[in-house]
Amino acid sequence: LSGENLAKKTISLPISRVRLIMKSSPDVSSINQDALFLTTKATELFVQHLALSSFNNGCGKETNSLSYSDLAKTAEESETFHFLTDILPKKILARDYLKSLEQMQEEDADF
Amino acid sequence: MAEKPEDLNLPNAVITRIIKEALPDGVNVSKEARRAISQAASVFVLYATSCANNFALKAKRKTLNAGDVMAAMEEMEFERFLEPLRAALEVYKKGQKGKKEVSEQKRKEKKQADGEHEKNKEDEEGEDEEEQRMEEEPEEGEEEVEN
Repeated sequence: LSGENLAKKTISLPISRVRLIMKSSPDVSSINQDALFLTTKATELFVQHLALSSFNNGCGKETNSLSYSDLAKTAEESETFHFLTDILPKKILARDYLKSLEQMQEEDADF
Repeated sequence: MAEKPEDLNLPNAVITRIIKEALPDGVNVSKEARRAISQAASVFVLYATSCANNFALKAKRKTLNAGDVMAAMEEMEFERFLEPLRAALEVYKKGQKGKKEVSEQKRKEKKQADGEHEKNKEDEEGEDEEEQRMEEEPEEGEEEVEN
């Protein structure tokens, strides 16, 4: 029984939830228990890696904080985190966005 | 299978804890950053699953196994995860072994009681799938294919 408790301590994320996410992937028929465990553990390692990399790489280091922009910056600049750029887009000020919209409209008007 | 959108998210409390443990003491993590990391983690699961599944399909298997996940990690350039994953898996397997002996004993008793067959349909990894049923949460069997 102590072996079982020790095994439980190796992960914090609920395996059942991870399984739900995995099953939502198309073409996946079934997942063996070890694969399920590994994916759960890998996800935890990923969270740690993303948080720490973003903190070390980001602007929050001076203020001892981790903000969204640190994450977006890391996603854009790091190869390994590049797959996250769609869900971690960099934010721009509304006025800058409107300015670039205007520019695009001017370009269209030339046709 | 009707799933609420929240079901594809990971529990915030656990994510927050993992983040806090990874960072130096006293670092302030914004709510927005926490939410974003949680979403990133879900995307990671999907990406890893898709990648691992390609390896399984290449080997003409229908069941995703440990090797597929490890191969996926390498493919995704997370080699740094491989060693800790191997170590964690060993510990996990030892724990599962103890669990399995207990559950096999229970199953023997149950079989004698109602004489039912619990044979699963997948030819491979049968043992592991039976273990799956012994998980705390009551889950549906692995045979379902529709998502």
